[in-house]
Amino acid sequence: MKIEILGTGCPNCKKLEENAKKALEESEKNAEIIKVTSIPEIMSYGIMSTPAIVVDDEVKAYGKVSTVEEIKKMIN
Amino acid sequence: MVDIFYPFQFISDKITYNLLNLVSGTHLADSANFIIYDVLKIFFLLIFMIFIVSYIRSYITVEKTRKLLGGRKGIFFNFIASCVGVVTPFCSCSSVPLFIGFVEAGIPLGVTFSFLITSPLVNEAALAVLWAIFGLRLTLIYLISGIAIGVIGGYVIGLFKMEKHVADFVYDVKLKKLKEQETTQNERVGYAINEVKSIFKKVWIYVIAGVTLGGIFHGFAPEGILAKYAGSSLLGVPIATIIGIPLYSNVMGMIPIIESLVAKGLPIGTALAFLMAVTALSLPEIIILKKVLKKKLIITFVVVTGLAIMFTGYLFNWLI
Repeated sequence: MKIEILGTGCPNCKKLEENAKKALEESEKNAEIIKVTSIPEIMSYGIMSTPAIVVDDEVKAYGKVSTVEEIKKMIN
Repeated sequence: MVDIFYPFQFISDKITYNLLNLVSGTHLADSANFIIYDVLKIFFLLIFMIFIVSYIRSYITVEKTRKLLGGRKGIFFNFIASCVGVVTPFCSCSSVPLFIGFVEAGIPLGVTFSFLITSPLVNEAALAVLWAIFGLRLTLIYLISGIAIGVIGGYVIGLFKMEKHVADFVYDVKLKKLKEQETTQNERVGYAINEVKSIFKKVWIYVIAGVTLGGIFHGFAPEGILAKYAGSSLLGVPIATIIGIPLYSNVMGMIPIIESLVAKGLPIGTALAFLMAVTALSLPEIIILKKVLKKKLIITFVVVTGLAIMFTGYLFNWLI
């Protein structure tokens, strides 16, 4: 599994990354977390409001910091 | 009229005279009472305004805005873009993707700029503090001027036809279609509560510092001291605007200090121009916009917005 965190490095993006890590730990799954910070790349996903979370190339949520619980649902 | 802020005066009195045991009528008691009252009032309005505006915002997504404004010309759409700017926060991390998204949707540059000017200039937190400190009338004046500056500024920038002064890569970006996320009522309320928490956490300390400094100035600076220097001079407005640009301070803390300066004779239009320059034109924002705008367009943006702010300053110095 591949999880991508899209955002230019604002505090919200860091929070989302932390939540993703926690969700992985709690659901005992292994996945690569990749940070995507380049703007053209972020936008190629169609994202305009950051941060966004992408699981296996599918945009799961954008413009908000998804909670640990929400991310758990995305990766299950 | 019933003073809706009366309960805060009551609580403030209780804290000052009963809890802190300060003697009524002394300088210290008066100042403490004034500071506690103002802080309570600001905190209440901050929570109230951020909650309401964030809730409304959960309905106005960037995606919807793009659809609404794409390919539309005419000053009416500058107005719509400005109004969307009022409820949308201008956070440094989302401004660049937003700008590119607007351009990609075929939204004219002038309309995009109406949004870019009003968005940082008018935000619910600043409106809440203005309301608490300066009253509702001045807050509405600020709101209307903020929208007007965005509409006119964006319209004028649109007239210059500066499309080629946008960074080249912007035109190469293609956005994939994204399906709208579904949002439940619970999520909207949750979002609004989160916004209240996160903004409150960021500004509370500046509010207390600003009100305290303002309170001290109220107590110690002689009446009319500023009227003597800043009042009559025509240069007051441009100087205030130019000082305001590099000052990227927290405007929530700035407002109570500016109010104490107004009380000592700083003309209200000059004060407005200063606050607007602090919020609308800041160095960090200019640095971020540099990623997508070429030099000439950045300069045009700063000059046009700066002139609009100065005009507003003169207008209110003359009116009030």
